[in-house]
Amino acid sequence: MTQPRFAPSLSIVLTGSGGAGVMTAGQTLLDAATSCGLYGLMTRSTGPQIRGGEAAAMIRLSSRPVQCPGDRFDILLALDFDNVQRFAAELPLDAGSLIIADSGAGDLPDFLKASQAATAWLPMAKLAKSVKGGRVSMVALGALARLIGLPESSIVEAVAASIGRKKPEAVASSEQAVLLGAANAPEAKAPQLSLSGAAPGARWSITGNEATGFGAIRGGVKFVGGYPITPATEILEWMAHTLPQCGGVLMQAEDELASINMVIGASFGGAPALTATAGPGLSLMIESLGLAVASETPVVVVDVMRSGPSTGIATKSEQSDLNIAVYGLHGDAPHVVTAPLSISDCLLTAQWSVHLAETLQTPVIMLSDQSIGQARAVIDKPPNLSFGTQRLTMGANAENYARYALTESGVSPMAIPGAPGGQYTADGLTHNQKGTPSSQAQDHIGQLDKRQGKLDRFDFSAHWADIEGEGELAIITWGSSAEPLREAVEAARTEGIGVKLIALRLIAPAQPELLAAALAGAKRVVIVEQSHSGQFWRYLRAHYDLPADIVPIARPGPLPIRPGEALEYIRKAARS
Amino acid sequence: MNMIPDAVREFKPADYKSAVKPVWCPGCGDHSVLVSFQRAFAELGLPPEQIAIISGIGCSSRIPAYVNAYGFHGVHGRSLALASGLKVARPDLTVVVASGDGDGFSIGGNHFLHACRRNIDLTYIVMDNRIYGMTKGQPSPTTEPDWDTAIAPGGTGLSPFHPLVIALASGANFIARGFTGDVGGCAKLIIEAIRTPGFSFLQLLSPCVTFRPDQQKQWKSTVRTAVVPETDDPGRAARRLMTDDGFNVGVLYRGHREPYRPHPIADLDPARLEAEFEV
Ligand SMILES: Cc1ncc(C[n+]2csc(CCOP(=O)(O)OP(=O)(O)O)c2C)c(N)n1
Ligand code: SF4
Ligand SMILES: [Mg+2]
Repeated sequence: MTQPRFAPSLSIVLTGSGGAGVMTAGQTLLDAATSCGLYGLMTRSTGPQIRGGEAAAMIRLSSRPVQCPGDRFDILLALDFDNVQRFAAELPLDAGSLIIADSGAGDLPDFLKASQAATAWLPMAKLAKSVKGGRVSMVALGALARLIGLPESSIVEAVAASIGRKKPEAVASSEQAVLLGAANAPEAKAPQLSLSGAAPGARWSITGNEATGFGAIRGGVKFVGGYPITPATEILEWMAHTLPQCGGVLMQAEDELASINMVIGASFGGAPALTATAGPGLSLMIESLGLAVASETPVVVVDVMRSGPSTGIATKSEQSDLNIAVYGLHGDAPHVVTAPLSISDCLLTAQWSVHLAETLQTPVIMLSDQSIGQARAVIDKPPNLSFGTQRLTMGANAENYARYALTESGVSPMAIPGAPGGQYTADGLTHNQKGTPSSQAQDHIGQLDKRQGKLDRFDFSAHWADIEGEGELAIITWGSSAEPLREAVEAARTEGIGVKLIALRLIAPAQPELLAAALAGAKRVVIVEQSHSGQFWRYLRAHYDLPADIVPIARPGPLPIRPGEALEYIRKAARS
Repeated sequence: MNMIPDAVREFKPADYKSAVKPVWCPGCGDHSVLVSFQRAFAELGLPPEQIAIISGIGCSSRIPAYVNAYGFHGVHGRSLALASGLKVARPDLTVVVASGDGDGFSIGGNHFLHACRRNIDLTYIVMDNRIYGMTKGQPSPTTEPDWDTAIAPGGTGLSPFHPLVIALASGANFIARGFTGDVGGCAKLIIEAIRTPGFSFLQLLSPCVTFRPDQQKQWKSTVRTAVVPETDDPGRAARRLMTDDGFNVGVLYRGHREPYRPHPIADLDPARLEAEFEV
């Protein structure tokens, strides 16, 4: 098999037991590379312990933007071998890889031996002891920098920036440790970091969860209610300190039943509102999401998906909440489901989700996931978009106001408490145009038509999907699976395989006409998703006209879909 | 539309009457609650558009639509959460929460504890009939242990829940009880509850004439104005509430806790946050 031609990048994993400082060292490495003009990605993996325990910081560096893990690791830098075998499945290494380990760490664990990677030993712990206040991780970074061709000065500066100038002694001992590590770097043929083509520019370092929070604030969110849950908590924590600076408030609820109702209440009061959760929390919110549909109250629920069902694997990703997000509500309850296509896309998708909720007066469920929510990427500074979001509200001189009036668009002006003459009761009971409870067939059907119609008549075409490439082979994917496929499509092109990639940002309502147009000329369609039961494939089959020749590819988490795996799917589909 | 400034707007109870006709059984205590709402709002001089009445599900929870005010008839048990979000987002509004003993103490029990603890400036009125009226007569957390029902033949055998004790222990700032047989008394308590900052809990004994046909008469002969005046001492209040037979009406406790009022710190352009991410 020929080696796929992906964008040149260097993938490094730092492992160590709790307290070894692996995560901080990983962040330092990313910062240092960023200061040299590189792009990068950092994902984290930890053992099951609540605190401490083994940890892995996985970093991918490139002179081009990278937003998903690569196929393999070029380097494993092990501060120790404690429990490192727990990460075996997450650490693809091969004969071309290099393992750098502490000389005192003991024998190479079996899975590392089996990888046939070259090994280089360095007495990191011993060297660190020779520096007052010297840390093993800093010695390790120094050696690593020397080996891969990253200027040691960039590491020293990144450490200084993170420690802060106020602690000159700590900065000095870190510098000493880094330089000592560099000076003692083992003799080894190491994969080199390609700095050519790296150019500094206006960049951001951001996680998917931060980008989601920021997109929401840009979209105008003024109220957040939430209950902590992995892997969504960082959205709440980030917004807890930023939202009050931008005219809003965040409240920790007693549970998700409360958080969804708090946001419905705040939105009823006129404040664009959002909550963030994961599958277990979304499950608790479902009844009240139906209330938001029936009462036409705009709210955004971000579900940062993790492996399910039940508690599942709280710290690992999966795209398996599609069914509950689309179909979970009882009754006929049309609403919107969106999904960010990458870490950076969380910004746009969150902002768009707020826009859709506010414009359509309906709940929007945004399906992010752990793999993008908790990963950090260095990206080009994104543009500051404006959707001109504005909720349609009752005008000043509304005579005989009817909250649920049947209008051409299906959206009716919403009276905000405080506005004289607009008094109405929002209701989950079937109601007439005034909002008065009714069990009449004509009111039931009239309001069902209204709520469906406002989604049917809305033009989602601006952001419903990202489409790239051309070819008779088309791939349809969604959410976080898009990024590895993007890389794979590019690599396939260099192999002469033409592929069109259609990555859906809008899951519901389905857009059969837009997809039909996008699929024009496609003879075979590959559908790629990260679920066990093929939820996305089944959803597409139910709502779209697809060509007869379909190759569904569904596989569950917790391991990420990597570009090479994605390329294999493409090659196979192109061959047969 | 009313363009008269609030200062010179005067309100009559009829101004709070909506066009929607109540579905309640004739003689249901909830009719009296509705009248006392209207009297209380008129006396407080609250413009209808400044009031929001939030409820869950149950006969009692149908009340918002019958009042000329903003309202939200939500899902079963979650009214306090919805009202908390509303009040925090819109501190300028007068937010009244209406609930039943099933809605508020059973399915919504957890929110009750946390609403008391948070002490947001809300008025929480539970129309307690010691039964699930809407679902036709099942026991609620306040039903007597020997009350015979189809779902619990011979009674539940469980001792009832003491909502006022729980409210006190959880941090409510105002605790009172009324009986719908005395509309004027209920209106007064509602006024007090709204005027007292923080979380005010008002239990209104509101008979269900259909599934508890004995209640109206029995309660009328049992309720009495609490002989001990209201207290601001939680210790004394605890003793009196623990020993109370459930029929002392009046303000039973009024504390001095500061209401919880999370609020924005600044109103910066979101672009100012970009610095967090710049490298
Ligand atoms: C989630 C959910 N479960 C059950 C019900 C059915 N239900 C409607 S009202 C009610 C009990 C109401 O009792 P209470 O709050 O005491 O009100 P009342 O009718 O007595 O005024 C129940 C169980 C529901 N609407 N929603
Ligand atoms: S069933 Fe009982 S609580 Fe419900 S309306 Fe009739 S009397 Fe009132
Ligand atoms: Mg009841």
